[in-house]
Amino acid sequence: METLINKLKKAAPRATLLMALAAGSTLQSCGDPDTKGNAKDDAVASNAAEAVYVAPGEHDELYSFLSGGFNGQVSVYGLPSGRLLKIIPVFTQFAENGYGYNEESKAMLQTSHGFVPWDDLHHPKLSRTDGMADGRWLFVNGNNTPRVARVDLKTFETVEIMEIPNSAGNHCSPYPTNNNEYVLAGTRFSVPLDMKGGTQDVSLSDYKDKFRGSISFIKVDPEHGDMELDFQILVPGFDYDLANGGKGPSNDWVFFTTYNTEKSATLKELGASQNDRDYLAAINWKLAAKYAAEGKAKEMPANYYHNKMDHGSHTAKSTVKKTVRYLLPEDCPGMMYLLPAPKSPHGIDVDPTGEYMVVNGKLASSLPVFSFSKMQKAIEDKDFDGEVNGIPVLKYESVLKGEVKEPGLGPLHTEFDGKGNAYSTMFVSSEVVKWSLEDLQVKDRMPVYYSPGHLMIPGGDTREPYGKYMVVMNKITKDRFLPTGPELMHSAQLIDISGEKMKMILDFPTVAEPHYAQAIKADLVAPNSVKFFKLDENTHPEAVKNEKDVSMTRNGRTVKVNMTSIRSHFTPDNIEGVQVGDTVLFHVTNLEQDWDVPHGFAVMGANNAETLIMPGATQTLRWVPKQAGIFPFYCTDFCSALHQEMQGYVRVSPRGSNVPITFSTGEKKPVPPASASVN
Amino acid sequence: MKAYNKILMIVAALSLGLLFLFPMWKIYLEAPQYPEGLELHIWVNKLAGSSESVLQNFNILNHYIGMEPIHAESFKELKVMPYVIAFFMVTGVIIALIGKRRLVLYWTSLLMVAGAVGIADFYMWLHKFGTNLNPEAPIKVPGMTYIPPLLGNKQLLNFDALSLPGLGSLGVFLAVLLAGLVYYFSRRSAASSAYTRHLNSVLV
Repeated sequence: METLINKLKKAAPRATLLMALAAGSTLQSCGDPDTKGNAKDDAVASNAAEAVYVAPGEHDELYSFLSGGFNGQVSVYGLPSGRLLKIIPVFTQFAENGYGYNEESKAMLQTSHGFVPWDDLHHPKLSRTDGMADGRWLFVNGNNTPRVARVDLKTFETVEIMEIPNSAGNHCSPYPTNNNEYVLAGTRFSVPLDMKGGTQDVSLSDYKDKFRGSISFIKVDPEHGDMELDFQILVPGFDYDLANGGKGPSNDWVFFTTYNTEKSATLKELGASQNDRDYLAAINWKLAAKYAAEGKAKEMPANYYHNKMDHGSHTAKSTVKKTVRYLLPEDCPGMMYLLPAPKSPHGIDVDPTGEYMVVNGKLASSLPVFSFSKMQKAIEDKDFDGEVNGIPVLKYESVLKGEVKEPGLGPLHTEFDGKGNAYSTMFVSSEVVKWSLEDLQVKDRMPVYYSPGHLMIPGGDTREPYGKYMVVMNKITKDRFLPTGPELMHSAQLIDISGEKMKMILDFPTVAEPHYAQAIKADLVAPNSVKFFKLDENTHPEAVKNEKDVSMTRNGRTVKVNMTSIRSHFTPDNIEGVQVGDTVLFHVTNLEQDWDVPHGFAVMGANNAETLIMPGATQTLRWVPKQAGIFPFYCTDFCSALHQEMQGYVRVSPRGSNVPITFSTGEKKPVPPASASVN
Repeated sequence: MKAYNKILMIVAALSLGLLFLFPMWKIYLEAPQYPEGLELHIWVNKLAGSSESVLQNFNILNHYIGMEPIHAESFKELKVMPYVIAFFMVTGVIIALIGKRRLVLYWTSLLMVAGAVGIADFYMWLHKFGTNLNPEAPIKVPGMTYIPPLLGNKQLLNFDALSLPGLGSLGVFLAVLLAGLVYYFSRRSAASSAYTRHLNSVLV
């Protein structure tokens, strides 16, 4: 009997947990099939179809940019329809258009570790003017091999990728300040810096003494967007998780959540969860820039790649940077403070007024809201609670506006609707909770299916959110779509937040794992969209702008074919004189000057992808034939009624053969006076 | 001719200048795969369109049916016409200064003839391009020709072609109209001056 009581006693905490999970499950409605259907019906707005319907031929109100996580891409969706508009490859080779495969774009993926054709892309952030998204560029982070990239929203192409030295796991990145003065990128992992651009070979038991983090300040050219690493701040050896910046009164500040303030090197799930409080790191970026400009910055050797795509030649070039400047917080008073935050915080979000900072403690039961004005006062009054590495720690009570009590289980991220409400995702209880910034009371709850990560309100991180929709990105999709084996598409859910109560209006599958997203009114982007590149402005050294100028030359074992494509033929389309083992470079110029007429180029047996050439551009496909014979090539993108006929042949002869180089399109014959060709 | 007639005549001559500022004719093509449309603008001295590359796109479409590519160089008219217009403008102004009514009539008639010749020539272009097809064209529709309409619209396979005079043509219309008015108004003033002369001779 006693043992039974003991068993029950032991089981009691577990039972409560089970009950909590069961309660969560009811919200998620995965119990009885009957109630499941009902629960779904309850959650979905009765006018959902109407609310998201964009008639054929009509355009969406908004562009949304969802990170692709482990696919290294950005996917562009229209809102409210949830239609996939484009996939932009950033850190990943993309066989669909040859990005990272053709000779022009390979340099984009160069790093100090060599060619790294993959990364983990977490956070898209739109460039800003006066605190509002301006629709010019999209900055994104590469988490694994620390990089920051810039996508040009005129072409929806990646135009710049910069490696970040002294960083490991570029997670709290990229945060642009309100006029893109800087894009900030913080390290997720701290590492033992060797102060020469690499890491030291040290024992992991030396974590506490030798590991440091870094926050990078990337300067952005206001006109062209070009990035340049201005300086870094070397910060204590915590893990830095997410970043977000102020606006209005807090314009000069940027905030980073940290975890593992215990500085544990192993089994972090336990090691980094011991302290009751971790920190929110507050950095005055303007003061930091001033310190750096005034000569407080020291210089150390570095080794990092900076890759840029040239506008005219559509060719990327890499430069290797050899130094980096850095600041130490202990030398720069007033630049950095630490605010005690609930254990293992994740998101940090600043409300549209710039007064409130919400810290989502993913293991905490309440959501603290900090006040910027209280923080300023605490700094003034030196209301400190000790210091870490010379950085003052502010007193929790002195900076706290208040806590949202029992918001849900596992708060991760918060966004704002501009009407005084905040919306937080609850990972564990799979819901979004709407609460008021004024009284910190919960106003509404909406089940989301299942385990939401980030959420996004268009402009929700700016001064004026577009408070009509909210997109919640879910990590687990289970029964939302037709099953497709063990792997299911992740899901984004569109919720109408225009009224008092949230209304679910759409589920749409997303490519790979979306982390964060940004959205912007279509009017700010669509009118600037480039339709084709002007042939006259093509500065590619191998460009051919007229069919009569095509050429084929041999230089040792490299054969260069400078050719053209236009509806519906290649010039030349008969190529001879190539030998086994030659490196053949097909420099293909697309002569089209019309919207939506790219031509593809693919060769049989090439150990490469195709390349897709935009109208007016030149791209190069590298091919090394391994055997003699006839090899067809063809256009891969359906271009016209005669697309299927858009093809040609390469004759490959054995090594040392005496077949001369010849190339042609069409047979030479007297042209009757009554006819002519497009050539 | 009274001063206002002279001024009106100068305006008539100068309104031909519109031909240098605006296209004289526009051909619009629209098809399901060209929702934004393609416009060919015919100027007195060049061929252009709604976008820089419009000729290339016309030619790409035309090559499927074996139509000869259109190039500005194919038309001698484009070299001659600016001089013809300049000639009319200069002579118009000179006639205004001389103030001879009969010259206004000659000038107007000649301009009308020139306009008619221009339209006839334009029709012959269209006819030549629409019917002179390469026998090896990939797309052959038996009995089909592709003469765009001179004025108004016409369906050519999947394309709806619409042809309309441009603002430049308004210059010719204005020139003829104004010069005609000068001729008409100066008749009265010529008559009245003849009457004055008669009175004078009687009085003297």
